[in-house]
Amino acid sequence: MTSSAPTPGVAATAPGVGVPNLLGPSFDESAPLRPPAGPRRPAVRIENVQKRFGRGPLVLDGIDLDIAPGEFVCLLGASGCGKSTLLNLIAGLDRPTTGIIETPAEGSAVMFQESALMPWLSARRNVELALRLRGVPRRERREKALELLDTVNLADAAEKRPHELSGGMRQRVALARALAQDRPVLLMDEPFAALDAITRDLLHEELERVWRATGRTIVFVTHNVREAARLGQRVVLLSSRPGRVVDEWRIAHTVGRRIESPEVAALSVEITDQLRKEIRRNAA
Amino acid sequence: MPHDTDAPIRSLRDDHSDGTHTLPERVSPRVSRSEKPDAAPPASARSEDLRSLEAGLDRLQTDEEHRPSRWRAFWTSVVPPVLFVVLLVVAWQLYVVIADPRPDRAPSPADVFLALADAWQTGRLQEAVATSLERGVVGFLIAIAIGTPLGLLLAEVRPLRRAVGPIISGLQVLPSVAWVPAAIIWFGLSDATVYFVILMGAIPSIVNGLIAGVDQVPPQLRRVGTVLGASRIQLATAVILPAALPGYLAGLKQGWAFSWRSLMAAEIIATGGSIGFGLGSMLQQSRELADLAGVLATILLILFIGILIELLFFGPLERRMLRRRGLLLSGGAR
Repeated sequence: MTSSAPTPGVAATAPGVGVPNLLGPSFDESAPLRPPAGPRRPAVRIENVQKRFGRGPLVLDGIDLDIAPGEFVCLLGASGCGKSTLLNLIAGLDRPTTGIIETPAEGSAVMFQESALMPWLSARRNVELALRLRGVPRRERREKALELLDTVNLADAAEKRPHELSGGMRQRVALARALAQDRPVLLMDEPFAALDAITRDLLHEELERVWRATGRTIVFVTHNVREAARLGQRVVLLSSRPGRVVDEWRIAHTVGRRIESPEVAALSVEITDQLRKEIRRNAA
Repeated sequence: MPHDTDAPIRSLRDDHSDGTHTLPERVSPRVSRSEKPDAAPPASARSEDLRSLEAGLDRLQTDEEHRPSRWRAFWTSVVPPVLFVVLLVVAWQLYVVIADPRPDRAPSPADVFLALADAWQTGRLQEAVATSLERGVVGFLIAIAIGTPLGLLLAEVRPLRRAVGPIISGLQVLPSVAWVPAAIIWFGLSDATVYFVILMGAIPSIVNGLIAGVDQVPPQLRRVGTVLGASRIQLATAVILPAALPGYLAGLKQGWAFSWRSLMAAEIIATGGSIGFGLGSMLQQSRELADLAGVLATILLILFIGILIELLFFGPLERRMLRRRGLLLSGGAR
């Protein structure tokens, strides 16, 4: 595999791929089809964005990134690469120093490393809070919340409070809450970093399922190379101090990947090499 | 479901159908799903597989919360203090019997009990408890009504807090009994004096408790509120106030303690006029009669009321809140 190659080896041997030209943002056969005509507007457009805090050093430098609707993008980088900062900028929690960020008018849903559920509300009421703040009428909220909790397979735990749930369950409630916002873009800031490996593995599968089912655009920040290779349709590697886009991989064949799949491992090796090269540059 | 997904090429067909068929019906029309209808079973099987897998893991990672049984709760929380008090009284009685001190300096527990019974019979006890409790509760409620909005305002409006905050903290340290002379000059020997002293004792505590509670709201929750699209008012009512409840409750508890204390002090100092007969007045009266048994009886009564209010009101309220938030040590999820 070479970096930035649009079609890594695995997909090239795929039988029965008859529609590569029709494909939209993603590069496997199950992805959403490209709409009939015209170039697509990206869901998120980042143009030459710089960010510094106060008089501090440059955190992000000259970031250019277009994210297509329905795309699953992983932002990957070592500590201090400003990936969380970039996510906050996209979320509108912060403003870039220079440059333009275009996001859908509806805004984005955000999920954090901590589930950040309201500890005094049950799982269902937490989801209902998002619905309420979105303006969903009171009588529809309950049913809708239960439906969303069922999507993340938590219908049975609807009346439990966050402290009664395990870390993985809490993150699933947070995912249901993010889905309740019903925004086209879902931003995730290392949402599985604090979970044990078994749970994380399951949540990868869960997230992939939800992504395919809902067609959301997902921007997923992580420092875990394998996670990025496992989940992303596109992996964007950022350098540290300042954060710049160093490299990018597009994964043609995203269906049926698992953390232990050889193609994920191969890609991880490649990305890790590049990442280490970037980290080493900081030593000099 | 196909377990051989590790072999990329072989699994491609199955995978392909997986991706297209795991979709729940109600969502996303955006993904093409009709390409390989014959491959549906493995797909749904896979979805079911994930479900049962998750359910299993969820079960493994959570414990049923088991609250201690009533008998055990009685044994661990009621018996020890009661036993201690009984021991204390026994030691006291033994001392009186063995050392035989002057009865006007060291009355026996029996004397104190007789003094209580006597006060009950003449009706002084009931009157004093009723008067003091009524004043304490009413004064405390007024303090809540004033302190809560004041606290919210100070917690959320920075400039105001910078200006007023230190003074409120200072007032909390100032013993509110110090206000008694001033209050007597302003309001005379009336109920207004007593209420004024209660308010000066309770309001700073309530305000400070609420400010501390708001300060301790995790910034993450505020951010989530903002991300969820809450307006400023929605943020305050749906996120910040409930999140600040533990600190607020602690402030209320302290506010009650302060108002009860300052009430007693005010009643001891200011007697006569239109001020009614409260527990403080009863204490003062016994002192004037050099009736130590009566003094001790009244002290015990004041103490007992304080404990009772903590046990019946604040204790359960606090425990309930902490349990709902999982801050009480007992079982729960890991």
